[in-house]
Amino acid sequence: MSATFIGMPGNFPENAAKAVQNSQLRFNLRKATHTIRDRRASVVGELPDWQELRAAGKAIKDHTLRNLERYLLRMEEAVTRAGGTVHWARDADEANRIVTDLVKATGETEVVKVKSMATQEIGLNEALAEHGIAAYETDLAELIVQLGDDFPSHILVPAIHRNRSEIREIFLDRMPEVSPDLTDDPPALTEAARLHLRERFLRSKVAISGANFMIAETGTLVVLESEGNGRMCLSLPETLISVVGIEKLLPSWRDLEVFLQLLPRSSTGERMNPYTSMWTGAVEGQEFHLVLLDNGRTDVLADEVGRQALRCIRCSACLNVCPVYERAGGHAYGSVYPGPIGAILTPQLRGMGSELDASLPFASSLCGACYDVCPVAIDIPEVLVDLRAKAPHAAAERAGMKVAGWILNDHERLAKAQRAATKLRRLVPKRRLPGPLSAWTDTRDVPEIPEESFRDWWERTGRGERSGGPTEEGLRGASEEW
Amino acid sequence: MRVALFVTCVNDTLFPGTGKAVVSLLRRLGCDVDFPAAQTCCGQMHVNTGYRAEGTRLARHFTEVFAGYDAVVAPSGSCAAMVREQYPKLVEPGSRGAAAIAEVAPKVYELSEFLIDVLKKEDVGAYFPHRVTYHPTCHSLRGLRLGDRPTRLLQNVRGLELVPLPGAEECCGFGGTFAVKNPAVSAAMAADKTRGIQDTGAEVLCAADNSCLMHIGGTLRRQKTGVRTMHLAEILASTEDD
Repeated sequence: MSATFIGMPGNFPENAAKAVQNSQLRFNLRKATHTIRDRRASVVGELPDWQELRAAGKAIKDHTLRNLERYLLRMEEAVTRAGGTVHWARDADEANRIVTDLVKATGETEVVKVKSMATQEIGLNEALAEHGIAAYETDLAELIVQLGDDFPSHILVPAIHRNRSEIREIFLDRMPEVSPDLTDDPPALTEAARLHLRERFLRSKVAISGANFMIAETGTLVVLESEGNGRMCLSLPETLISVVGIEKLLPSWRDLEVFLQLLPRSSTGERMNPYTSMWTGAVEGQEFHLVLLDNGRTDVLADEVGRQALRCIRCSACLNVCPVYERAGGHAYGSVYPGPIGAILTPQLRGMGSELDASLPFASSLCGACYDVCPVAIDIPEVLVDLRAKAPHAAAERAGMKVAGWILNDHERLAKAQRAATKLRRLVPKRRLPGPLSAWTDTRDVPEIPEESFRDWWERTGRGERSGGPTEEGLRGASEEW
Repeated sequence: MRVALFVTCVNDTLFPGTGKAVVSLLRRLGCDVDFPAAQTCCGQMHVNTGYRAEGTRLARHFTEVFAGYDAVVAPSGSCAAMVREQYPKLVEPGSRGAAAIAEVAPKVYELSEFLIDVLKKEDVGAYFPHRVTYHPTCHSLRGLRLGDRPTRLLQNVRGLELVPLPGAEECCGFGGTFAVKNPAVSAAMAADKTRGIQDTGAEVLCAADNSCLMHIGGTLRRQKTGVRTMHLAEILASTEDD
């Protein structure tokens, strides 16, 4: 049973400090993220209209989000017309209760699952387990995570932190049918997983999925995948339950065309993914339930800056280019959504009440690589900065920033502070600063404080004779509205 | 042309040599350079750390100090990007502040932009006979989109051997207060960056931002690599007389 991130203690800097010392993790992550990153860059580079596609993706998502209520109702109507049942879930508890009741009604105690971020977000597997229902992940990487009692650490490649010898160990330990001669050769590992899963597919009467997209005009759901496990789950069982975030909606099939170009190239770095499954309502002999999940999304939608995070199509391109993610790994973020998108999504969905969630907006150097690769142009640095303004700050930091702001708001005060620093320059230790600044000197020398600031040099050498600058009244209008 | 130097608070306080280099370079190229003494800080540290009110006050101060110049030149991609890209987000559209920002921000140039786009100079007559590698800092690269402007300038410096930096486009891990709020990741990023720098065999690491150079340089010094850091302005200001 995979574990849930909800209520995880600690904070990002501490989690990351442990992760950076793990050489195996660093090696695995560097290799994996750079491989996918390069593949993405090459398939994106071959499309001359990538920026237009990106702008279209952004515009379609923004339009849908602005008219979400209308399109959601249209979706509900279309799914119902096609023989499906639509359920509305305000939060994780409600969604889990709906799904648990639906599974219980079938009398089954086992379900197979298609890889789904939404069900991980709400901790569905754990909720089902409490009612004696076993949920089996069928995506290979999710299976590795589940069998290893582990946390996912990447949106697309949940077991990215594992290498093949670790995977072999997990399989030997947790798959009773597997031969002790199993090697760590990827085809051998895949074959072992295939055999393990095949039996589950054939036995299970209930499947649970998410969806990459929902098309409002026809009530169609779309799942993109690579392994074919999704196709099995979506077609074999008698009952299919799909839990989908309300932001996954697209108005029409024409809109889907844009995203079928954006998503595979951004996520796996493929021109097209191997399996794209689409279904509308229930087919004969099967039952279909759609659980529309809010779980904080309408609150995010109300935030003018933060709402752009709802454009996310979970491609994980931002993870693969993020220098912080590459070194800290996914677990440090304490959420099913790690990396840059997680740093803006988790604090918005869960709030910043815990120490961990409040530390996430600061888990970025604001280098902007994430924004560059985002297929729906989410300005992640902009949202991070906005969240930082809403995050709680330590009292000492607040005081320090206030003083700094006071000094910097007046050039004479700044000049005085600079002269004081110059006087004390010999006393500043190069290798050990006090208090929180020791975080700097733990690994970096301090630059030498110069004998004279630039402004004093300018003044002393008479270069300021032409110095005009603004008039005094120009600078003193600070009380007026700006 | 009335050119104002926005030296930036970091350069003013810790790296006055960079400010002096800009003055000497621009005067050599025939510009009338002024240093409005009332200038302080663009407010980036406050805004990016979550102190929007303090940062907005500094942004207001900036627009008041630099109103009325034909061009404002900053030897920092990061501070120029702050003014041009982040200032408009600090104010309500249609407000007095928005108007003040719209007036000043487009005239703010990072040094290499000013040299190439405004003065149309790629060869600034510099001489610097050393092996140099260039780190395109994030806000120069992805914020201002400086592209190859800085390296075009460096390629025209006589005596200078420019060697490409592996993984150049990757962040060095400075990130302002990120460097002390997430010191472990910041140091891990710096470690990879300094390894790339040393692989080039360069004597000098050059960049258009002293804050990133302070972080990388502080790491290079701690590691006793013997590689020194220099701001782009200081290399471009160097001549045979130095």
